Amino acid sequence: MRKLRHIYRLGLKELISFLHDYVLIILVIYCFTVMVIVPSRGTGLQVRNSSVAYVDEDQSPLSRRIINSIQMPFFQTPRAITYHDINQVLDRAEYIFVLHIPSGFQKDLLSGKNPDIRIDVDATAIGHAKLGTTYLTRMINQEIESFLPGIRKADDLPMQVNIRVMYNPNRENSWFMSMVFLTHMITLLAIILPAAALVKEKERGTVEHLLVMPLVPVEIILAKVWANSFIVAMGAMFSLFFAVKWIIGSPIHGSTTLFFFGTVVFLYATTALGVFLATIAKNQPQAGLLSMPIIVPIAILDGGTTPLESMPRFLQIVMKFAPTTHYSELCSRVLFRDAGIGDVWVQFLAIAAIGTVLFAGAMIRFRATFR
Amino acid sequence: MNGREPIAHIEGIKHCYGKKLALDSIDLQIPAGCEVGFIGPDGVGKSTLLGLIAGQKKIQTGDIHVLGSSMRSGTHRHDVCSNIAYIPQGLGQNLYATLSVYENVDFFGRLFGYNRDERNERIKRLLKATNLEAFANRPAGQLSGGMKQKLGLCCALIHDPDVLIMDEPTTGVDPLSRRQFWELIKGMRVHHAGMSIIVATAYMEEAEHLDWLVMMEGGRILATGTPPQLKEQTGKTTIEDAYIAMLPEEMRYGHKVFTTPPRIASDDGSAIEAKHLTKKFGDFTAVDDVSFTIPRGEIFGFVGSNGCGKTTTMKMLTGLLHPTHGQATIFGRSVETGSVGLKKRIGYMSQNFSLYGELTVRQNLSMHAHLFDLPKEDVPSRVKEMAEKFNLNDVMDDETESLPLGIRQRLSLAVAAIHRPEILILDEPTSGVDPVARDHFWDLLINLSRGDGVTIFVTTHYMNEAGRCDRVALMSMGHVLACAAPKDLIRARNSNTLEEAFIAYIKDDLAENKTNGMDNEKQTVPFMMKPDRVKKHGRYFDIYRLAALARREAIELFRDPIRLITSFIISPFLLIVFGFGISTDIENIKYSVLDNDQKMLSRDYLNNFSGSRYFSQQKPVHSHFEIDKGFQSGKFNMVIEIPPNFEKDMKRGQRPSVGFWIDGTMPFRAETNKNYAEAVHQTYLIGVADRSPVRMESSSTHVQPRYWYNPMLRSKYSVVPGLLAVVLMLVPAMLTAIGVVREKELGSITNFYSSPMTRLEFLWGKQVPYIVITLITFIILLVVIKFLFHIPFRGSFSALIVGTVLYIITSTGIGLLISTFTRTQIASLVAAFALTLVPSFEFSGLISPASSLVGGAEVFSRIFPARYFVNISVGTFTKAIGFTELAWNFVFLLVAYITIQTLTVLLLKKQEI
Repeated sequence: MRKLRHIYRLGLKELISFLHDYVLIILVIYCFTVMVIVPSRGTGLQVRNSSVAYVDEDQSPLSRRIINSIQMPFFQTPRAITYHDINQVLDRAEYIFVLHIPSGFQKDLLSGKNPDIRIDVDATAIGHAKLGTTYLTRMINQEIESFLPGIRKADDLPMQVNIRVMYNPNRENSWFMSMVFLTHMITLLAIILPAAALVKEKERGTVEHLLVMPLVPVEIILAKVWANSFIVAMGAMFSLFFAVKWIIGSPIHGSTTLFFFGTVVFLYATTALGVFLATIAKNQPQAGLLSMPIIVPIAILDGGTTPLESMPRFLQIVMKFAPTTHYSELCSRVLFRDAGIGDVWVQFLAIAAIGTVLFAGAMIRFRATFR
Repeated sequence: MNGREPIAHIEGIKHCYGKKLALDSIDLQIPAGCEVGFIGPDGVGKSTLLGLIAGQKKIQTGDIHVLGSSMRSGTHRHDVCSNIAYIPQGLGQNLYATLSVYENVDFFGRLFGYNRDERNERIKRLLKATNLEAFANRPAGQLSGGMKQKLGLCCALIHDPDVLIMDEPTTGVDPLSRRQFWELIKGMRVHHAGMSIIVATAYMEEAEHLDWLVMMEGGRILATGTPPQLKEQTGKTTIEDAYIAMLPEEMRYGHKVFTTPPRIASDDGSAIEAKHLTKKFGDFTAVDDVSFTIPRGEIFGFVGSNGCGKTTTMKMLTGLLHPTHGQATIFGRSVETGSVGLKKRIGYMSQNFSLYGELTVRQNLSMHAHLFDLPKEDVPSRVKEMAEKFNLNDVMDDETESLPLGIRQRLSLAVAAIHRPEILILDEPTSGVDPVARDHFWDLLINLSRGDGVTIFVTTHYMNEAGRCDRVALMSMGHVLACAAPKDLIRARNSNTLEEAFIAYIKDDLAENKTNGMDNEKQTVPFMMKPDRVKKHGRYFDIYRLAALARREAIELFRDPIRLITSFIISPFLLIVFGFGISTDIENIKYSVLDNDQKMLSRDYLNNFSGSRYFSQQKPVHSHFEIDKGFQSGKFNMVIEIPPNFEKDMKRGQRPSVGFWIDGTMPFRAETNKNYAEAVHQTYLIGVADRSPVRMESSSTHVQPRYWYNPMLRSKYSVVPGLLAVVLMLVPAMLTAIGVVREKELGSITNFYSSPMTRLEFLWGKQVPYIVITLITFIILLVVIKFLFHIPFRGSFSALIVGTVLYIITSTGIGLLISTFTRTQIASLVAAFALTLVPSFEFSGLISPASSLVGGAEVFSRIFPARYFVNISVGTFTKAIGFTELAWNFVFLLVAYITIQTLTVLLLKKQEI
């Protein structure tokens, strides 16, 4: 009881310090709004809004139909360029795809020859090059098939196929990405805020001041953990309702309560990691530098930005020890697939276990540094 | 006074901090060529006024002319700053703790443009004059308070100033060092009679020896004049009494001639006992075999020069440090057990101010009351009681960091005593506290001791305070020289005062151990070289000053090996992790089947999937419910559902419909998944068709894709070079983001305010070392790319180099920009992450091509420099191109750099607001 009161009081002090720094408050709000909304709207690995240029040497009704068939949301409206520019626009990364319809294409096609449309692809645009080519090919072929009479239509095939993409039928990228960026921001703040706050106390000597009081290290650490978790959890819930749900319009199928509890467990792990880093760093520049090679990889490689399955085997194993991997999985299951506690208890346990190891590490390091 | 023009005219100066009026209509002429003292208690505006005179703080109302022209003018400030030297309040505030004594002075020498020989000569003289020669290689952070102050003096005097402004230079310095310090100043004035000295002090006895005094109170001037004049005016014999006599009636409260009522000896046993306490730090013995016993209720004084081991002893008594040998007990119990119950009976006040600056006075008091487990309902009344006792009522809701030193000390005391401890351990509680408040405080201490029987262990520099203790221990170089009642000590040395006795004891001790710089021989070495050579400085930019700054930054970096090493390692580490980790190639999609038919044909169809390397089959499911559950628990991402009677319908030509359920949570994977499924399905159909009489029109004949630059579509060829843009942004920005704000938090920013360095020099000086580090890292990165990722370089190498240099200048510039608008280091760390991580990953074209970004992402992408560097890096590595094709990217990078630099210069202020 007495311990709880101490932890509560020390945590209040953290909150006051935080509220004192208005630049920091603005930054945190910026993280939870702009950095969730803007990147999730505009980016993603999926082919959307890809840039296409064309060289139409045929100038026939068919060539115009083909060009007009290339449309949003997969592609931007194609722009005409000249043949000599093809090299240059690809070099300069102005367009990813350049369609080249040779002269006499329609005539050749109708006369039974097999003319080709060439697509020049900037293959350094890795996310788009392959899938985009597939889409373009399919669109062009469909357009040509509907132009030419007598080609066998789909209803003649021996079997039908019915593909249903669940939870997100139109594969709307921003829904998922907003969650990914939200988890990134939670990770970033939950590690750096307590780390910097504790190193600051070390630098100023206020930790010693706390240690001569009737306080024990676990109280000091738990106060840092709860106060910073509180700040980030509030920001995260605000961001979920304001940015993810309202602005981006992601349909949240699942239980936000379960998400909240998952976030709380995750924050326990990440703030403990922050405290652990702070026990290693001697000053704030060091805290910043030391947290970078931790925060950035565990955030980016959590399976949200690029799929976990695409990573090399050893990295997949390493990432199993990062709390973010389990949290990212938990979020996508709970928020988008309406998973219940029965489906995500493994993640809860994994995060709690990782958190407890980190917390114990922080405790041991803390005692070692200040004794 | 001596017929010379006054050095400063002050007219109608007013200064506010928020709503608080710090200075109110000050008009003053400060005479030249003498020692001018500003005296008065804490918080009367001494520091503010000195800061304004030195040009440190921006003038709000009124005007100050120093050396002939207004300090409002930036050009004038620049012109006179090499004639003025300023030493801020607080021991060694403007020194660089990790630099050695020599390097500190050398930095200022370089800043003022002296060449090597001249610097050497000057530093030698200064160190000799201040007796710091023997410590030339010791880091400034490890000096004692008195030595720090002497070093501060050396740094201030290297450029032969005409005016020396010192803000409480001797606060917190022990009597011997203080005496030496003033002898040093007097000695200096023998050789440089023309120099004007302006000093603020809280020690009234120091004021006695100054030429001309300004007495201040409540932001106003009470009186000015020479010490004899002031004493005559009031009819008092000391300045201290004269000052108190000048105060308005109500301010004199509580001041009386001080006596300590005798202690009634009790036999309650000892409160504190130290037995052969010894503490070694490596070879250095900080405390050597110290023993003493303090009975309950005694006031025990601990006196000694800085660095003699007082604080270390105290830390062992409180359990903060483990003794190497010996034992400390409190109430008969060993402190090492560190029990919570024992800690509650002790109140401790450490030497460095260690309360929370961002909390208000009230918040600090009540937090501590709660932490010491006072009953909840008693807290408000106890806080009120302490506020009254310690005279804090007026500042209860002020932020602690905005308070003057003396009031903060008072608050620290209130905090230490809030839980009615039985023992108070106070480490220099009154240093920097004005005389009235100090007497008031001792009243409280004596009440606590005599009234409540509190045992008090106190260290002090004030000999009159030491005189009030029941017993005093004199400490020097780790051991106790003498321990007895003050009057016994005086008698033992045949001296008049305790101070004399103290100095006599220490001199004896020094005579025995001739291994230090404390010898008190009269110095005859002149401080400065004459005549002063006029130095030519560039007004707006001077390459030597820049070099001096960059050099200092580099030395500081080298003294912090963790920072130095990590700054080299992080970039390659991140590149390797992401180079392997970021891949868009999707294989082994987990899928399950719901086969409602279970016939030859359905199995035949499904075999197409299990045979593909893109899919990996999981346990089959048997109901739609299981499909839902499987998706929710992440068992699989796709389910193929074969309808009942599939085989029969196929054979009858009834065209059965196969269902694919795809997990759409992660759209990119869903998209790829869908395409793969369709492709496998197509292959199957073609296979079927080949066996059937009807020929299928193959549908990929009209399009001929040509993949440029990366025909195998391997993501590493663009991801790895693209990652350069990420790591060369994140790490350099993080390295520099702390730069300016850290100096602000530590206090060394005053050197920027008070020296001729310009904003550009200051910023570039901070930037250059990190640019060099990042360039070296870049070479490591190239090696990694070549030998670990085996990515060939195809384009123009010089284009890559030029692009990289431009990009690094920009990214380090972004860090500096961040550090100018943030207020704390925490905020700048967060900003460094938040402002560089997402833009460099997501808006640079590394993951989604820049030409396909829309909305806010496009705007970010166009203004953030990473996009242009991705073009340059991927272009030169994989696309085999060079300057001509990439020309615009260089232009954009340059524009970005110039914009950032301009913003930074505009946001960085050359004066404190």
